Amino acid sequence: MIEGALWRRWVFYNIPLILFVFVLLFPFYWMIVTTFRPDGELYLPWNAPNYMPFWTNNPTIEHILYLFEETSFMRWMFNTMFIALVSTVISLFCGVLAGYALARLNFPYAGGLGTAIFITYLVPQTLLFIPLAEIIRNFQLGDTPWSLILTYPTFLIPFCTWLMMGYFKAIPKELEECARIDGASRWKAMLYIVIPVAVPGILSSGIIAFTLSWNEFIYALVFLSSPDQKTVPVGVTSELIRGDVFFWGPLMAGALLGSIPVAIVYSFFVEHYVSGLTGSVKG
Amino acid sequence: MAVTALSAAESKRLSPRLRRLEDERWLAMALLTPTAVLLGLFIAYPFFEGVLLSLSSTRVGDPGHFVGLKNFHKIWDDSIFRTTVWNTFWYTGVTTVFKLALGLWLAILLNRHFKGKAIVRAFILLPFIIPTVLSTFAWKWMFDPTFSVINWTLFQLGFITTRINWLGDPDLAMTSIIVINIWRGVPFFAITLLAGLQTISPELHEAAAIDGARPWARFWHVTWPLLMPVTLVVVLFSVIQTFADFQLVYVMTGGGPANATHLFATYAYQLGIGTGLLSEGAAISLAMFPFLFVIVVVQLLYIRRVETR
Repeated sequence: MIEGALWRRWVFYNIPLILFVFVLLFPFYWMIVTTFRPDGELYLPWNAPNYMPFWTNNPTIEHILYLFEETSFMRWMFNTMFIALVSTVISLFCGVLAGYALARLNFPYAGGLGTAIFITYLVPQTLLFIPLAEIIRNFQLGDTPWSLILTYPTFLIPFCTWLMMGYFKAIPKELEECARIDGASRWKAMLYIVIPVAVPGILSSGIIAFTLSWNEFIYALVFLSSPDQKTVPVGVTSELIRGDVFFWGPLMAGALLGSIPVAIVYSFFVEHYVSGLTGSVKG
Repeated sequence: MAVTALSAAESKRLSPRLRRLEDERWLAMALLTPTAVLLGLFIAYPFFEGVLLSLSSTRVGDPGHFVGLKNFHKIWDDSIFRTTVWNTFWYTGVTTVFKLALGLWLAILLNRHFKGKAIVRAFILLPFIIPTVLSTFAWKWMFDPTFSVINWTLFQLGFITTRINWLGDPDLAMTSIIVINIWRGVPFFAITLLAGLQTISPELHEAAAIDGARPWARFWHVTWPLLMPVTLVVVLFSVIQTFADFQLVYVMTGGGPANATHLFATYAYQLGIGTGLLSEGAAISLAMFPFLFVIVVVQLLYIRRVETR
């Protein structure tokens, strides 16, 4: 990097970067402040004289208590966690096997199948939600976590497969051949030699799949109806808005607490997440 | 003894199957079966069903019958649908340009050594990690006409004298939604483009600098062409996700005011699930398909051309 004078570094790098960080993080700060702000301060018009937007001197946990006492928030958290975990495990299982086959085995139509996976990777959930809702109802899965556990893999598997193909392709063929010469079957060479080497890739796909399922909205909105079955995003949307009335305090508390599991998982595996994200856009 | 005998018998029974897995074709088939079953059942089959549904007169509580292209004719004459199509293209186009420009800028800002770089990078991705619906609620609260912190800031800075009703006016509502989409998408662009930037050898820049290239020329003739393949894929993903977006509009406006901010997905939801006109909803959803198909094909052809060049 060619370094210039100090003022140039501030004008061209530091100040823009600070502005970016400020804008990108401000909504989360706003979420936190609102969560702890008492209703009396919350519903003060913005042009009121004593409007103090960025701080509160009377922090309260009434909104969080409301969430736990008046709504099924704990249920929603549990549902979301359960659905995200199980669908991630299913998708990893399918994606690792399919990725291995497409990246390392020679068989007819391998290229065509790879393209087909890439195409399904690009199918948005909003394209199929109405017929899928009918199918879910016909399978008697409506309003159960299984309606989501079985449908989330439709967007997670193509993603995991695609990512794993990249990781598997990077592993040298010789590694497997050595094991085969030592008498391991193809199946064992895959299970004990190749897959363990690809563990970082599996972790990356798993973390991204987990955050994607936590984020999914339209299937959960359409397939689930009873309050106790809902996931966090749907529960917060449908139970904390009554008609035109928004319960902003609990709503922000729900948004904050509902983000925490994802944020925790992310904070532990930032590097894996980033490498998965950048791997997913490699051709 | 009995155990060993059993396992020996078992291995003899299993061995033809295992031997079959030695054949690459059989192994590949076995490994691909779970994926094929799930994707067939929940993507190919619904797609087929969706086409049938869009050609029928089905609504909630009425199985309906085959009506041909009647639903498509109907939505073609529907002025809300036309607004929807226009909105979707406008929304996708504007946000993509801004996400690419700002994302590239942020990536360049991050592509150097400074203290706390890892932390900054980790925090920057937060808008992309946190569930969209939840962060969109924070924005909705920030855009609330009566309690808006944005209005307060603009007022304090002297830009406005009366309140701005962000979500009550069709154009302002669309702009607000575009702002939030850009906010959420910039981190994804920045981080993936940063990874692309890091694969470009600094020696190329130094060589160009020695040859007398100014920073702008270095960017335009060295960085940009080398970044092209990654950029194209990132744009492809972003365009498809934005084109088919649902969550943001559903939370911010629900398609309002007066159906002015609908995208394909929200209008399909409103007709199909909201009013129970399943076949029309399915037709609107499927109307996305040709557009998506063209986008994907054009992009893939272009990517191939860039990569083979």
